Amino acid sequence: MKIRLSTLALAAATLTLGAALPAAAQDADSAVEARQSAMTLMAFNIGPLVGMARGDIEYDAELAQAAADSLVHVSMIDHGRFWVEGTHIENRDDTEALPAIWEDPEDFASKLADLRDAAGAMQEVAGDGLAALQGELRNLGGSCGACHDNYRVSDD
Amino acid sequence: MRRILLSLAVLALAGAGGYWWLTRPAPLPDAALAGIEGDAERGERVFWAAGCAGCHAAEEAEGDAFLVLAGGRRFPSPFGTFVAPNISPDDDHGIGGWSRAEFASAVMRGVGPQGTHYFPAFPYTSYARAEPRDIADLWAFMRTLPASDRPNEAHDVGFPFGIRRNLGLWKTLFLREGWVIEGPLSEQAARGRYLVEALGHCAECHTPRNAMGGLDTDRWLTGAPNPAGDGRVPDITPSELGWSADEIADYLSSGFTPEFDVAGGAMGEVIDSLANLPEADLAAIAAYLTALPE
Repeated sequence: MKIRLSTLALAAATLTLGAALPAAAQDADSAVEARQSAMTLMAFNIGPLVGMARGDIEYDAELAQAAADSLVHVSMIDHGRFWVEGTHIENRDDTEALPAIWEDPEDFASKLADLRDAAGAMQEVAGDGLAALQGELRNLGGSCGACHDNYRVSDD
Repeated sequence: MRRILLSLAVLALAGAGGYWWLTRPAPLPDAALAGIEGDAERGERVFWAAGCAGCHAAEEAEGDAFLVLAGGRRFPSPFGTFVAPNISPDDDHGIGGWSRAEFASAVMRGVGPQGTHYFPAFPYTSYARAEPRDIADLWAFMRTLPASDRPNEAHDVGFPFGIRRNLGLWKTLFLREGWVIEGPLSEQAARGRYLVEALGHCAECHTPRNAMGGLDTDRWLTGAPNPAGDGRVPDITPSELGWSADEIADYLSSGFTPEFDVAGGAMGEVIDSLANLPEADLAAIAAYLTALPE
């Protein structure tokens, strides 16, 4: 009877584990995909702002405002489920995230807060003319770069 | 027997003498900068092109703090960890007590005022190609920067790489004047070559090194492992990079790639300096990079 109980417990544990493992792996996969999608959305909306600042495309207040608004929205996405423990470059080859993210979560969160502030500042001025947009762009790009500095693998 | 011993002793002495001779520090001749009056205003442009603050300012320093060359940043490498020294004009802890000739020797020959070799983490193999006039201007500008009394820290470099005297041999092998890319270049690309190969010292990270830490100039700017550990420093030859000259110049001033990604890591810090250069200089760098052989 004793034996049967422990066998049962083992079987139950195996079952739980068996069910849990693929789910966790799936969470990790979709978290990596989702956070990369958020970055893509960022770049997609920074694009017109940089293009206007450089003079590659003509300044368009409405387009600039729409892009800046979108940036704010993307920056507000909750990051709680993005950074599944262990989903960094040492464990996966589909991410450029560094383990440092999990080693200093407070600093990582503060960099994200800086991005929100910078996106908000751009939203305030993006429709006010080219000079105003250009004035905020360096700060915005800087907030992206400050995080990439420490938390993304160097490849650029 | 005595003769053999004597011969051996003579040989050993000759060997030691040869080693001493081959590894002796060779400072820049005092005459190199003679008669040149440094111009601090021009020196600021040299300062940004040479990226001094990128290594010698405190980590994450911005704005005015980026001009305080207090040192202290740590640079891990396969040979050990190097600590950037204080090169602010402080008399005790910086280089305030140096002469201009000593400064030029340090920058262009990697030889310190006490006649010791510097480790090539300091990119004097690139700065060796600089115009003496630019170094005189740079010195004039750096004298105007704020002093810091932060004391220097020792490098953490183990045996055998820590023996500075051996660097004399290393320099014999790898300290070369003259351009790497010799082909005929437009005036603009030639200016770019000066900025890339000399002041900007781009190859120090973007070119792979051999086992002794010398740059493999046959694979010039074709990318290398990141000395700090993670990832790779990218190949920036035209076929691999695939950016137009305009895109390169824009990237060097704004940090935005053509895909609107943003530079991070060491390159983000390089751009903090380069962004202060006139557009013509960034366009020159782009002209050189797009003219590199395939």
